[in-house]
Amino acid sequence: MRVALFITCVNDTLFPGTGQAVVSLLRRLGCEVEFPAAQTCCGQMHVNTGYRAEGVRLAEHFVDVFAGYDAVVAPSGSCAAMVREQYPRLVHAARSSGPRVPSGLAGAVAEMTPKVHDLSEFLVDVLGVTDVGAYFPHRVTYHPTCHSLRGLRVGDRPTRLLSQVRGLELVPLRGAEECCGFGGTFAVKNAAVSSAMCADKVRNVMDTGAEVLCAADNSCLMHIGGALKRQRTGVRIMHLAEILAATEEVR
Amino acid sequence: MSGTFLGMPSFPRNAAAAVQDSQLRFNLRKATHTIRDRRLSVVGELPDWAELRQAGKAIKDHTLRHLDTYLLQMEEAVTRAGGKVHWAADAAEANRIVTGLVKATGETSVVKVKSMATQEIELNEALAEEGITAYETDLAELIVQLGDDFPSHILVPAIHRNRSEIREIFLSKMAEWGKPAPASLTDEPRALAEAARLHLRERFLSTKVAVSGANFMIAETGTLVVLESEGNGRMCLTLPETLISVVGIEKLLPRWQDLEVFLQLLPRSSTGERMNPYTSSWTGATEGQEFHLVLVDNGRTQVLADEVGRQALRCIRCSACLNVCPVYERAGGHAYGSVYPGPIGAILTPQLRGMGSELDRSLPYASSLCGACFDACPVAIDIPEVLVHLRSRARHARAERLGMRAAGWVFGKPGRLARAQRMGSRFRRLVPRRLPGPLGGWTDTREIPDIPAQSFRDWWEQTDGGRR
Repeated sequence: MRVALFITCVNDTLFPGTGQAVVSLLRRLGCEVEFPAAQTCCGQMHVNTGYRAEGVRLAEHFVDVFAGYDAVVAPSGSCAAMVREQYPRLVHAARSSGPRVPSGLAGAVAEMTPKVHDLSEFLVDVLGVTDVGAYFPHRVTYHPTCHSLRGLRVGDRPTRLLSQVRGLELVPLRGAEECCGFGGTFAVKNAAVSSAMCADKVRNVMDTGAEVLCAADNSCLMHIGGALKRQRTGVRIMHLAEILAATEEVR
Repeated sequence: MSGTFLGMPSFPRNAAAAVQDSQLRFNLRKATHTIRDRRLSVVGELPDWAELRQAGKAIKDHTLRHLDTYLLQMEEAVTRAGGKVHWAADAAEANRIVTGLVKATGETSVVKVKSMATQEIELNEALAEEGITAYETDLAELIVQLGDDFPSHILVPAIHRNRSEIREIFLSKMAEWGKPAPASLTDEPRALAEAARLHLRERFLSTKVAVSGANFMIAETGTLVVLESEGNGRMCLTLPETLISVVGIEKLLPRWQDLEVFLQLLPRSSTGERMNPYTSSWTGATEGQEFHLVLVDNGRTQVLADEVGRQALRCIRCSACLNVCPVYERAGGHAYGSVYPGPIGAILTPQLRGMGSELDRSLPYASSLCGACFDACPVAIDIPEVLVHLRSRARHARAERLGMRAAGWVFGKPGRLARAQRMGSRFRRLVPRRLPGPLGGWTDTREIPDIPAQSFRDWWEQTDGGRR
């Protein structure tokens, strides 16, 4: 099986450690992962901000880059949801109004979408593992990000994986399913509401007494983590991949 | 409602002011979470909720596809039953028709059943211009009217008020409008309801014309249906000599039997009840009562023409999306500058009014696209899909356009992205703690992440994916 890592532009640029964790985790599970170097961005920011034409171009580039693989793994529920949920709509909408759409894109998208997985889906559904042999002796709370939860419907896959991690104490987060207020450009366009949402999320995180806030999306973590840091709470943020990659040997 | 939403600033500015109001945030949080939990428990009781939701969606879609046929069927059935049907292309025409009908009776006051359509067309203001006073009889609408306020929720228009605020409004304002509140009024819900009851009872018995909306219209039989909690609606529907119902054309259902689906979907989604206390239905004119139906378009056929946006016309005004929306919960209903606030308002208002004003252009952006509204919607309106669709139709600010174009150019080729990343890494120590311009919205409350010394792609290339 040829597996490609879709790193996502945010992880590539700001959180390379998450990508390295995915690589080491998948290798440990006996799965060799390739990194198609031509990849850039799935186009979510453009599409969700209202720039459909740029989005279509980036979608076109994405399906070109990842066409030959059996599986595409992304350490981001949001970007995986973009490809799987939004690409088909994007192509359809772009065709009926506005930007030029290359012929064959709809077919390429239809072929691509079932192969795109968020990390937790790939581990649980494709590799069939929930115990990945990780060791992480810390108190952790998990924020199930909106696009993982209501876009991809990953359900309890991430928490099933975390509950198998040795030493890890998973504490439930009150109001876990509520949005943290990131929302891409929403965080800037509606900064006041975004910050108010974030403040409630931070309060709930603090109430858990956790040392680490974990999620499967670094963009949401960047937002909550930015507030945790500004308030000097001492709570660390970690991507799910980084916790799952941790072992007793590599500490 | 008094006044108008015209000329309000954009959503972000309204919302930024609203989040500072701690009383408002407390009231909204408490109220929305209460209804939210109640809804979840009664929806969870039905094993076939998903099927009901699909049925509701399918019936509405079918009706919208054949709206022309069903509207004519409705007109025929109402006329046959002794009612008179009027067609209004827009708000002005609807207001002209209603005003004319009231004037023809010689009366100068009307009682009103809670209705979104009449608020949308600003009927009360139009009547007032002609010297006709409209009295709201729904308890929450009464609170809004007495308080010279705007509604802030579809189902609970005074959700932004708590009971001590309501007591103050009753004490200071009821006397101006009719029977005063007793001086000994407390803020006990029972006492407040009793004061409203006595105030309104006098009104019901003396007013000869009523104006209502409708939750549903049945094309097959010409029947109108109103669901309510207080019984005040039924008073208005039965006592006056003239009844004028103002209804949006999308409220149609083909058959009486279709109500079975919606009478399960609506109460559970809106008030979180298995069934609402009062469901009234009437067909045409009854003995001793004249009946007029005003069918209002006011932008709806234009919405119907939009392949993606038209699903908003399925809306049954339950407000489940408001009650689960984290943005609505913090910003409150007034920030949306429309009688339709919350997620449904964010897709309905810009479609009905167009995106000419700064406020209406900002509404599709009043969402983090978290998707909670779609999950809660009893007729499966994919609100995030429509929001994204409307954003692509919105006019964007020049600076943003340039920024997005630049980002698109960088993402266009991997080499460009790699060079941009290296540039960021080289100057990473120079990134200020507070960002300038609109980006300052981020750094006001959050740190920006540290830029790493090396991007993932450079790490991969340099180490052969960690193998070197």
